[in-house]
Amino acid sequence: MSHTVRIGSGQGFWGDWLEAPVRQVEGGPIDYLMMDYLAEVTMSIMQKQRSRDPSLGYARDFVPLMERLLPDLVRKHIRVTANAGGVNPRACAEAVLETARARGLAGKVRIAIVTGDDLLDRLDGLLAAGHPLANMDTGEPLATVREQVLSANAYLGARPIVQALARGVDIVITGRVTDTGLTLGPMIHEFGWAPDAWNRLAAGTVAGHIIECGAQCTGGNCLVDWQRLPSMDDPGYPIIDVTADGAFAVGKHPGTGGRVSVASVTEQLVYEMGDPTNYITPDVVADFTTVRLAQDGRDRVTVRGVRGRPPTEFLKVSVSYFYGYKAVGTLVYAWPDALAKARAADRILRARLARLGAAFEEMLTEFVGVNATHGRLAGPPHADLPEVQLRIGVRARERAPVERFTRELAPLVLNGPPSVTGFAGGRPKVEEIVAYWPALIPKREVTPHVEILRA
Amino acid sequence: MSLKGRRLRARPAAVQLRHLAHARSGDKGDTANVGLIALKPEYYDLLRRQVTAARVARHFKGMIRGPVERFELPNLRALNFLLHGALGGGGTLSLKTDAQGKVFSTALLRMEIPVPGDLDVR
Repeated sequence: MSHTVRIGSGQGFWGDWLEAPVRQVEGGPIDYLMMDYLAEVTMSIMQKQRSRDPSLGYARDFVPLMERLLPDLVRKHIRVTANAGGVNPRACAEAVLETARARGLAGKVRIAIVTGDDLLDRLDGLLAAGHPLANMDTGEPLATVREQVLSANAYLGARPIVQALARGVDIVITGRVTDTGLTLGPMIHEFGWAPDAWNRLAAGTVAGHIIECGAQCTGGNCLVDWQRLPSMDDPGYPIIDVTADGAFAVGKHPGTGGRVSVASVTEQLVYEMGDPTNYITPDVVADFTTVRLAQDGRDRVTVRGVRGRPPTEFLKVSVSYFYGYKAVGTLVYAWPDALAKARAADRILRARLARLGAAFEEMLTEFVGVNATHGRLAGPPHADLPEVQLRIGVRARERAPVERFTRELAPLVLNGPPSVTGFAGGRPKVEEIVAYWPALIPKREVTPHVEILRA
Repeated sequence: MSLKGRRLRARPAAVQLRHLAHARSGDKGDTANVGLIALKPEYYDLLRRQVTAARVARHFKGMIRGPVERFELPNLRALNFLLHGALGGGGTLSLKTDAQGKVFSTALLRMEIPVPGDLDVR
């Protein structure tokens, strides 16, 4: 029995390369196309969109993408798992079904939506029932920011995706499901892994972690030998070949660019890593110190030995809340004395804002080209820099001081230090800050729900 | 100064981590993580001995507000560092260019550690 399942990653975040999923479908055989759309703050953006228009609140890119891919997906029997549903999986699914009908695929496309993750309307009940939803980083109870909460979603695991696939659907659209669950779900479905097959579940979770950021494991953002990676204009996105025992290989379609190496996969394995022995998901706790990698020919890395153990009794909840306002503005100062001019402009601006009584929770000045990314570790600046970008950010709970800041930057062009440019973009924009609040909830309080819709 | 292809003399020399390791970083709230990966298997023990949590905390002194934690992944010949309070509030609150700690990894690669003379650094 050497049944192998191929899972390709098509999106690593909402805004990733639109050609990637198309190339995954056209470039060779795959069984599943997995697409991750949700970062920590994405849900709050979607919540805001839904509050303005009840038919929105999902990754809108997903619909034209499906329109483009559906005929091929149907013809090749490729199934899709995507958390593109955001805070409105139903609207997302209905939009996809509408395009399916328009393309003459009525009756041929079945979509499952996974819901039950959205806790926003239940928050007060949960708090009243004694769940503090305390901030995992600070320990503060949610009650301190309750009035400002914009979204609250539990991270569901792979199980509802498995239920959906078992019902024969072509596309599974979820809300807040773990990134790794989108990859693990198809594996559990295909191989019938038991709920306590900890090592296999952990292997599927590691596979999910490796491909959840798209090309970040196939040469993208990889420091090793980056100048010699082939054809990065057309990078191959990762594909997992997994067998029933949980052993798998990471590869990509032939003829694509980038590189799958032990180095590229290891960089992705440690990305956003906490305690590597304790990678917690709703389905399993994976131990990343048991992962064994080996190069198996060109652009293929095998992964074995992964061990896991039972998960906790809790689900993580991602809460977002309104915090305040911020703005960031930039000006570019040219040689000679570029850095001295930028520093002078910063002093002048700060003095003017202080005189106006504009108070900020924080005001940060960076000199891009000098210290913005490495701070003092960058060492003394070059004496004769051709230009320096002055970058100033402010944050406040009230809008007014931030608004005033955005009006104080441009005047410096005419009434400040010389040789300044780079202000064509106009005034900086005042941005609303939606902050992130990670919390835990007992699993018994959350019931995932699967529903089938058809074109 | 490039050390590429040059065999070092017998006494310990200070070598920048970029010649011994590669790295990737990311964020979790106001914490940046940096995964430091040996460029060659034989460098891992040296990294484990020299790149301690205390030394990393000193390297980033004044740039991070919280403690540094270190985890070992000998299977990947990697060390994972958590730099707490590194991102100016983190996520959407941060005003920094590198609000998500994406290039903290390269800032760590600036660190110098003593390397025994008989270790081939290329």
